[in-house]
Amino acid sequence: MSEATTADKTHGADGHDHSGHGEFPFLAHHFDTPQQQFETGKLGIWLFLVTEVLFFGGLFCAYALYRSLHPEVFEYAHFFLDTKWGAINTCVLIFSSVTAAWAVRNAQLKQTKMLVINIAITILCGFGFMGIKYVEYSHKIHDGLLPGSHYQPTLHAWDTPAYKAKYGSGEHATSPAAPHGKAAAHDKGVAPTEGAPASEAKPVPFSERKVGPHEFNVEPRNVNRFFAIYFCMTGLHGIHVVVGIGIWVWLLIRASRGEFGPQYFGPIDYAALYWHLVDLIWIYLFPLLYLIH
Amino acid sequence: MTHFVANSLLLFSAQPDGAFVPKLAPTDNFWLPNAGSELARSIDSLFMFIMWSSIVSVLIILIAAAWICWKYKGGAREENRAALSQEDHSTTLEIVWSVVPMFFLVTVFVWGFKDFVALRTSPKDSIEIYATGQKWKWTFKYPSGHVDSELHVPQGKNVRILIKSVDVLHSLFIPEYRVKMDAVPGRYTELWFNPEQAGTSPIFCAEYCGTQHSDMMSQVTVHAGDGYDKWLLEMEKRIDALPPVELGQLMVKQFGCGACHSLDGKTGTGPTFKGLWAKTETLATGQTVLVDENYVRRSILEPMADVVQGFPPQMPSFKGQLSDKKIDGIVEYLKTLK
Amino acid sequence: MAAPGTTIDENFITHEKGLLSWLTTLDHKRIGVMYLMCVLGAFLLGGTAALVVRTELWTPGPTIISHDVYNQAFTLHGAAMVFLVIIPGIPAALGNIVLPLMLGAKDVAFPRLNLASWYLWVIGALFLIASLVTNAADTGWTFYTPYSTTTTTSVIPAVFGAFILGFSSIFTGLNFMTTIHKLRPPGMTWFRMPLFLWALYSTAVMQVLATPVLGITLLMLIVERAVGIGIFDPKLGGDPVLFQHFFWFYSHPAVYIMIVPAFGVVSEIFPVFSRKRVFGYKFIALSSVAIAILGFLVWGHHMFTSGQSVVASTVFSAITFLIAIPTAIKVFNWVTTMYKGAVHLETPMIYSLGFLWVFTIGGVTGMFLSVMSTDIHLHDTYFVVAHFHYVMMGGAITALLGGLHYWWPKMSGRMYNEKLGQVSSLIVLFGLNLTFFPQFIMGSRGMPRRYYNYLPEFQEMHQLSTIGAYMMGLGFVITAWYLIVSLKKGRIAPANPWGGHTLEWHCSSPPPYYNFHDAPVITEGPYEYADWTYDKKIGGYVRKGQ
Repeated sequence: MSEATTADKTHGADGHDHSGHGEFPFLAHHFDTPQQQFETGKLGIWLFLVTEVLFFGGLFCAYALYRSLHPEVFEYAHFFLDTKWGAINTCVLIFSSVTAAWAVRNAQLKQTKMLVINIAITILCGFGFMGIKYVEYSHKIHDGLLPGSHYQPTLHAWDTPAYKAKYGSGEHATSPAAPHGKAAAHDKGVAPTEGAPASEAKPVPFSERKVGPHEFNVEPRNVNRFFAIYFCMTGLHGIHVVVGIGIWVWLLIRASRGEFGPQYFGPIDYAALYWHLVDLIWIYLFPLLYLIH
Repeated sequence: MTHFVANSLLLFSAQPDGAFVPKLAPTDNFWLPNAGSELARSIDSLFMFIMWSSIVSVLIILIAAAWICWKYKGGAREENRAALSQEDHSTTLEIVWSVVPMFFLVTVFVWGFKDFVALRTSPKDSIEIYATGQKWKWTFKYPSGHVDSELHVPQGKNVRILIKSVDVLHSLFIPEYRVKMDAVPGRYTELWFNPEQAGTSPIFCAEYCGTQHSDMMSQVTVHAGDGYDKWLLEMEKRIDALPPVELGQLMVKQFGCGACHSLDGKTGTGPTFKGLWAKTETLATGQTVLVDENYVRRSILEPMADVVQGFPPQMPSFKGQLSDKKIDGIVEYLKTLK
Repeated sequence: MAAPGTTIDENFITHEKGLLSWLTTLDHKRIGVMYLMCVLGAFLLGGTAALVVRTELWTPGPTIISHDVYNQAFTLHGAAMVFLVIIPGIPAALGNIVLPLMLGAKDVAFPRLNLASWYLWVIGALFLIASLVTNAADTGWTFYTPYSTTTTTSVIPAVFGAFILGFSSIFTGLNFMTTIHKLRPPGMTWFRMPLFLWALYSTAVMQVLATPVLGITLLMLIVERAVGIGIFDPKLGGDPVLFQHFFWFYSHPAVYIMIVPAFGVVSEIFPVFSRKRVFGYKFIALSSVAIAILGFLVWGHHMFTSGQSVVASTVFSAITFLIAIPTAIKVFNWVTTMYKGAVHLETPMIYSLGFLWVFTIGGVTGMFLSVMSTDIHLHDTYFVVAHFHYVMMGGAITALLGGLHYWWPKMSGRMYNEKLGQVSSLIVLFGLNLTFFPQFIMGSRGMPRRYYNYLPEFQEMHQLSTIGAYMMGLGFVITAWYLIVSLKKGRIAPANPWGGHTLEWHCSSPPPYYNFHDAPVITEGPYEYADWTYDKKIGGYVRKGQ
């Protein structure tokens, strides 16, 4: 058990243990009371979260800057994103935040079984989120919706619910705003993307469709910038989810050994705080990237 | 005759193939280069004001510290000499040494602000010259369309320089006029000055831009009277009258090709021009290509199309900067470099 | 366990033996010592690069190396000195050793995080070295785009190294902030903390709040260079000036991350060597905090010539002026601390007085650069180079050396050779001025920085500067030599050789593994010297009644 607790690996075993530490095997040698240890950890994790906010802050700044300088790029490009998947992911993360918060309570009350279950659900939600992200990313990559010079969208790229909801599923002969790129190469043998193809009664070859939002006669310059920001922000967020899953797996093992209780629930609390932050960042990302009009 | 023309052209605009080294104008000021404009003199007086205030305040602090160390020396440790006082607080002193510098700071700030606004506000009646930074050369495009590697301006006129970059950041720095502005790819920046004295002074690149950053020097020539207009006319006439080979040689110099392409066989950032003509080059793609009229033309206009193996893809495009006649001239000139 | 101050047999160095016991230690003192060795090693690397650069500049044009090698050398010098030496120098090396001792704590709040940040330092340094041995980056330590995304040298390992070093710095800052908040023993109120801790606390705030922005910026730069996402690339609609904003949002606070701990060190040395309470304690303490806050609001003063709007430049310039006030307050208070004291001029004090001398010059020359009109002329010239070397080298490194000598007996248990210490400190200080003062002159005369070739008019100044650099090098070699010799042959250090009253001097030298058997109870300020008398027999101070 001492392996996993804070700093007592080398300190605790050398006979220098101090008064009171014997009854709290998890108490590191340099703390006087479990309370002090918990509060110290809590301050530490809050400071860490501040650095995380600032870390993402750089990207939010870049977003705000480019959005204010080139609103048309964002207005145009957000049609490429599928609100449905974004919304599902939002729900998945919010639900996992609930189970994470519940897990903290379980740890405090030493309800080991519920603790393990709640952590397991949180982990599953994390995997679910990443699975959906995988689906979204692979569509983007397939459709050439990539940052920088890799931005070469195919015509399938327009086949999203956001676009259809506003303009219908059909053909817009009047607006010649088809994105440039490698359209012709993809016109057969490829399943239509994200949006259900069922709405198309009589299929028209993609290469002949002239689609694109009405208000854009030509594609705005540098739409690639939207995808630079999209991939940076969601990618970095995704990395945080993966790290979070790793932390929860580690805590799951420790929880199943019954390490946590009313005197020692710090690690669960800290992990839950981290998880809430990751959730919170997504709650900002979803409207900023998917829901803009 | 053509030989004479080519040589005299060197005096006007072109630079020798190696690094060109301009000269600072003579001055009596120990700290600063010669001030070539009214605004520069105003900035200098602020500089000297801060300089003397700094010297006086630093000397006061250091002399006080040295005197205290001598006067209150502790002697040998075993004497256990105690401090004469354990006074550790004086709100009056703290307020005095917080507030007194304030007056100085506000003065200096306002003074600096006024000159800064003047530096950044170019007068409406300025002559406009476009400066382009590229690795590792400045080019200046005059209202007449003439392009030159040096800056020529008329004395006593407001000159506004619009600056851009075609590759990385550069910074146009003319110490004589105390002006400096970054060349940022993707946007125009500007600076202006009003030269008071005829003569020459250096131009530097002040923003680090790679291998030959320090060779990105040029010079500004201030012409008295109608010398500026005469110079522009003269340049146009000479260029028109030049036979193709001379024209090509001049263009190679004006556009700073020599910064990367040596004329003597040395390998630089790009392949040497010596013996290049009619050679078969291997490209980065592995293909081979014969250096002929079409290849040279394409390399000037679309340098990334056929990069020679073993060289970095560094060259900027000169599309729109060189007329067909000038490109033909370069081709003819390359033929002579055996 | 033996009572503190009486131990001879047990201390943190002898507590465990073997390399592995060091590499896996969670003891803040050992981690500090490991940091110190690494930082000094990196100083040797960066210093060698500096001498290469200075030697090359002996003549205009080629002297010993080519353009490209010169550019790589100054990039290595800058990156190594900033990221590997000065930023971790005082906080992570000296701070780690001293902070919990001064505070009266047994360790920092998160000992494992502390060790992890040392390992991150090592990994970051390895990435910088990987860049060096493959094809050293030639971007300058500022990594400005688009040059850094287009040059052919191996920029990514260098930038990734800096990214990792950023996290090392964040973890140290986070650890120190938490420690100071939560691990103070009874009676150690905020205003009874030694000024060094105030300085470390202010530094930690900046490390925690500024470094993440550098992290994300460098990450974007890596992605930009690796796959071309176009956030900073004008060809794809990005903005290279945005990179400069992000970069300086970190790197200006980073300047204070480098200098504020130096303020802390000399704030300890001045009162101890004057045998007198520090003057204006609260003003010195709070001015560190003020600098930390204002330091976040001035990054745009690096960008007066970048095309930034006049309004933005004016605001940044005005706030920059404000920083002069808390800085001046410190200088005046240090001088007044010595007044009517009993001033002892041993090596740490010589370095502190040297700090006063050199930093004051560095500070007032900052004025020329915060005034917008004069900065336009001086920006990116040698004047700027001289200014920040006076502050970074003359300020931060001088204080690091002062602190190293001050705490050397405490951390090593041995006294160094005082005579050699005094001689070499004077050599370093004079060499420093000889190196950098001519750079002010040629800078204001128009010599741009990062130049391989230069006008012949500047040659004399460059040669003076090069001679000064070798003089400093000599001073450092002497210092390294006598410090290493002292480890074997130095006199055994007393617990309190200088008569300090901060808690580390209450421990034995070197301190015991556990710092304090029982948490000390603090009843007075850290600068009360009346109870300490010098005992010739032990060559150090003892407290009355002990």
